[in-house]
Amino acid sequence: MSKNVTLPHQQGSTDAGPGEPLLSVEGLEKHFPIYGGFPFRKQVGAVKAVDGVDLQIYPGEALGVVGESGCGKSTTGRLVTRLLEPTGGKITYAGQDITHAGRKQLAPIRSEIQMIFQDPFSSLNPRQTVGTIIKSPMEVNGINPPGGRETRVRELLETVGLNPEHYNRFPHEFSGGQRQRIGVARALALEPKLIVADEPVSALDVSIQAQVVNLLQKVQSELGIAFMFIAHDLAIVRHFSQRVAVMYLGKVVEVADRDSLYTRPRHPYTHALLSAVPEADVDSAKKDRIRLSGDVPSPIMPPSGCRFRTRCWKATEKCASEDPPLVQISGNREGHLTACHFPEEPTLSRGKDVVLDPALAALEDGHTAKD
Amino acid sequence: MTTLTKTEDTPAPTGPEAFLSVRDLRVRFSTEDGVVNAVSGLSFDVERGKTLGIVGESGSGKSVTNLAVLGLHNPKSSAVEGEIILDGQELVSASEKEMEKIRGNKAAMIFQDPLTALSPYYTVGRQIAEPFMKHTGASKKEAKARAIEMLDKVGIPQPATRFNDYPHQFSGGMRQRAMIAMALICDPDLLIADEPTTALDVTVQAQILDLLKDLQQEFGSAIIFITHDLGVIANMADDLLVMYGGRAVERGSVREVLQTPKHPYTWGLLSSMPRLGGDLDEPLVPIPGSPPSLLNPPPGCAFHPRCAFTDEVNGGLCSSEKPLLATGRAAACHLSAEQKQTIFIDQIKPRLG
Amino acid sequence: MLQFLLRRLTGAVVIMFLIGAFTFFLFYTIPQDFAELACGKNCSPQSIAVIRENLGLDKPITTQFWEFMGGILTGRDFATGHCPAPCLGVSFETSEFVWASIIDRFPLTLSLTVGGLVIFLVLGLGSGLLAAWKRGTWVDKLVSSTSMVLSSFQIYFLGPIVLGIFVYSTGWLENPKYVPFTENPAAWALGLLIPWAVMATIFTAQYTRMARSTMIEQLQEEHVRTARAKGMKQGYVFFRYAWRGSLTPIVTILGMDLSGLLAGAVVTEFTFDLAGIGRLAVNSSLSKDLPLTMGVMLFGAFFILILNIIVDLAYAYIDPRVRLA
Repeated sequence: MSKNVTLPHQQGSTDAGPGEPLLSVEGLEKHFPIYGGFPFRKQVGAVKAVDGVDLQIYPGEALGVVGESGCGKSTTGRLVTRLLEPTGGKITYAGQDITHAGRKQLAPIRSEIQMIFQDPFSSLNPRQTVGTIIKSPMEVNGINPPGGRETRVRELLETVGLNPEHYNRFPHEFSGGQRQRIGVARALALEPKLIVADEPVSALDVSIQAQVVNLLQKVQSELGIAFMFIAHDLAIVRHFSQRVAVMYLGKVVEVADRDSLYTRPRHPYTHALLSAVPEADVDSAKKDRIRLSGDVPSPIMPPSGCRFRTRCWKATEKCASEDPPLVQISGNREGHLTACHFPEEPTLSRGKDVVLDPALAALEDGHTAKD
Repeated sequence: MTTLTKTEDTPAPTGPEAFLSVRDLRVRFSTEDGVVNAVSGLSFDVERGKTLGIVGESGSGKSVTNLAVLGLHNPKSSAVEGEIILDGQELVSASEKEMEKIRGNKAAMIFQDPLTALSPYYTVGRQIAEPFMKHTGASKKEAKARAIEMLDKVGIPQPATRFNDYPHQFSGGMRQRAMIAMALICDPDLLIADEPTTALDVTVQAQILDLLKDLQQEFGSAIIFITHDLGVIANMADDLLVMYGGRAVERGSVREVLQTPKHPYTWGLLSSMPRLGGDLDEPLVPIPGSPPSLLNPPPGCAFHPRCAFTDEVNGGLCSSEKPLLATGRAAACHLSAEQKQTIFIDQIKPRLG
Repeated sequence: MLQFLLRRLTGAVVIMFLIGAFTFFLFYTIPQDFAELACGKNCSPQSIAVIRENLGLDKPITTQFWEFMGGILTGRDFATGHCPAPCLGVSFETSEFVWASIIDRFPLTLSLTVGGLVIFLVLGLGSGLLAAWKRGTWVDKLVSSTSMVLSSFQIYFLGPIVLGIFVYSTGWLENPKYVPFTENPAAWALGLLIPWAVMATIFTAQYTRMARSTMIEQLQEEHVRTARAKGMKQGYVFFRYAWRGSLTPIVTILGMDLSGLLAGAVVTEFTFDLAGIGRLAVNSSLSKDLPLTMGVMLFGAFFILILNIIVDLAYAYIDPRVRLA
């Protein structure tokens, strides 16, 4: 009781499970305006890239964020690192509101939140040596590690599995996988508490991806850095993250611990995603199929109510009129939240296929009719 | 050993059902930095109505091979040698005129990125109808009717209206459907699909893959399916060819290659790939190093600098002699058959979970 | 589309107004009595006063400016008579209506620019396409190297040389002169042949190189490869697919070159001693003839703005993505 009085910060976090989140995001929004009209150009609409996202990242944990293109996962990453200014909502980092923090206020936090980008070819300055690239965050933040910056850079190169002798080389002398390692070293230079990795392996060849995933995993467990791991590949996210959030059209539709999300998902979209992942196993064709129809709708005019309803097989009028809240559905584990009015059973086997795609349905009806 | 060395140059005994036979294909590009041997000594067959999957990473020569089948390489900067026999007709020596009759008609192609692969300047309908008019001599009206029928078949809603739309008005998945409609409009016997779903989202990918499979049943085309994704190939292909550094390193049925792979590169690919149902305590085992340069390929086996099993082969063969790929179920590796089996069962299989 | 056009036209009017205001007030910073200038030699103070009143120079500058701008729309009345809209005032030098002087000289400048434009577009794009089609052959090398040499020439350098060869030493052609097209089309073309050729040479070379490089780029586009992969003929792919894609960059450069072309016309007029608008512009500003300078400035600006709008419309015609965006 006295604890509650002396440490007011912990109030309200009692139900959040493992203590105080390192980063907390509430109702986060980012709308990119669209201009047009006559005679004066005015805002005629907005791309609602992120439209009410709630997330927590706890110290040292890896949170995976999955979703298809246009779901706002990358924008969320950029908002969290404050590379973009949020349109609405609240970002709290270590108890401090940084939603609209200015340059000065952000300065001490910038070094604690680092980012790793998707494209290792365009995210490294081709005119700087590897040493300069990794060193410059320390210079900018005025950090003088014991033994000097150069020694620290060489240590970092070794940590990420590169030869410290490569200090004076330029990025073009490295392969894609090695460049991504340089990107990791740069992110580690400031000893961050949180790394936002935006599709860090999707530009790499399959055989190289595992190298970088393993490196990030080592960094996460050995240095205790929290990760926001943004990717479209469900298998890689599962491999890397302890908790996983599924995004669709600017919203989180389901978030849960890894085990619950991959084996007992409730949201129909999560079911569809998992069913769509092709597996390198010849016998997996017997897995129940869910084939949605069409593509993800435009984030300029997202569907009313539940955004997934236009592609969902369970949608009713309620889905069109009411936006389902992200809540813990009965029968779910703590921390497993789902935004759905009519959740699926918590199992992956359903016993029958769901084929919404009209062309597939027509062709397959034809085939079965012939048989 | 000697029985294996012969096979690369002598044509493999072709079954009567082989619809496309590629023999000892070599594709070279002359660049400013030197000659790139993009494909060297590649042989494979595709049967009518069957799907051959070709798996490989960037630079493995998988796309180059298939552009060569349709004669789409610029003859000024590239040299194509070997034999490509499509339904009894030799294509490497065929004239541009003869190739024009085959492309889009007997053999059609789907490309990776449907946004850049469709011209932004013409309507989707026109681009789909064009090859039909050219190859069948149909009138504009007939071609339009046929194009609308195809659009409907691939699942474009309101095909008659969408006929007049431009590619940028289509979503990514719809564009790829339009590409498929365009490729299938002349009912080709061979369809080459070059990473057709790599640019798409996973739920859309699943739709497109199923669509291709269903359409194949209906049209009876043979498909060459190129991808880097072993998961996609497991769903799509009957036979599988694994390429590395411009050569085929392993061949067999999909089941054989994925369940009992014989080449260290295939082992590497499978164990570096996370799976949805895989054991989470089992770490991924990446392939060390990076893919070989085609300008200065390593001597001997192109994979040997990244291979963990070169020590098991006597006499440093891996770095001096190129292992050859036998016909049928085979892997181009100097390891003996027993070695391959023991290594796979003892070391690789446990990793795959 | 209509909205776009309206917005551009409104913008054009605003720009014209700003150009007019800038020129007008810039002129008034010159410490010079315009009435004195207009009066000429042997001027009595009385006649200066009359002129001042006639031209409205006794009024405040801003009033004069508004009267000038208003005159463009409604016309004005001077002591010398009514100046119908669009009235750009009366020249101090010649006492003629400015609009009349411009219209008088306009056909020459128009003939010069349009003729040159047509020639260099046909030759430049044609040879560029040829070089791209025959890429790597001797044809390509010849075209590319010739255009490299020619593009480094200047009108005032090439002009006298051509004159020297074709007019003065061989006498094959007459000195360039302007005969109105309506009078005698053959004489019109013959008279302007040398200026056209000289002007076109410089631009042709640039357009050859540009057409070649954009075509080579376009031929490597994936959609061009798709067109080949569906069996379309090489010529069809070349013109329908690659050429269509090359149009956008070419039109962009052309749009930027249009003002350069007008400037080129000025130099050409001086080089060949032709009395066009370019000469009018230079002479009027040398003699501080304010109304004439204003008139020519606004007229030129009007043309460039209209041409730019046409270029933007051309974009929409070429590229459906622009049309529907």
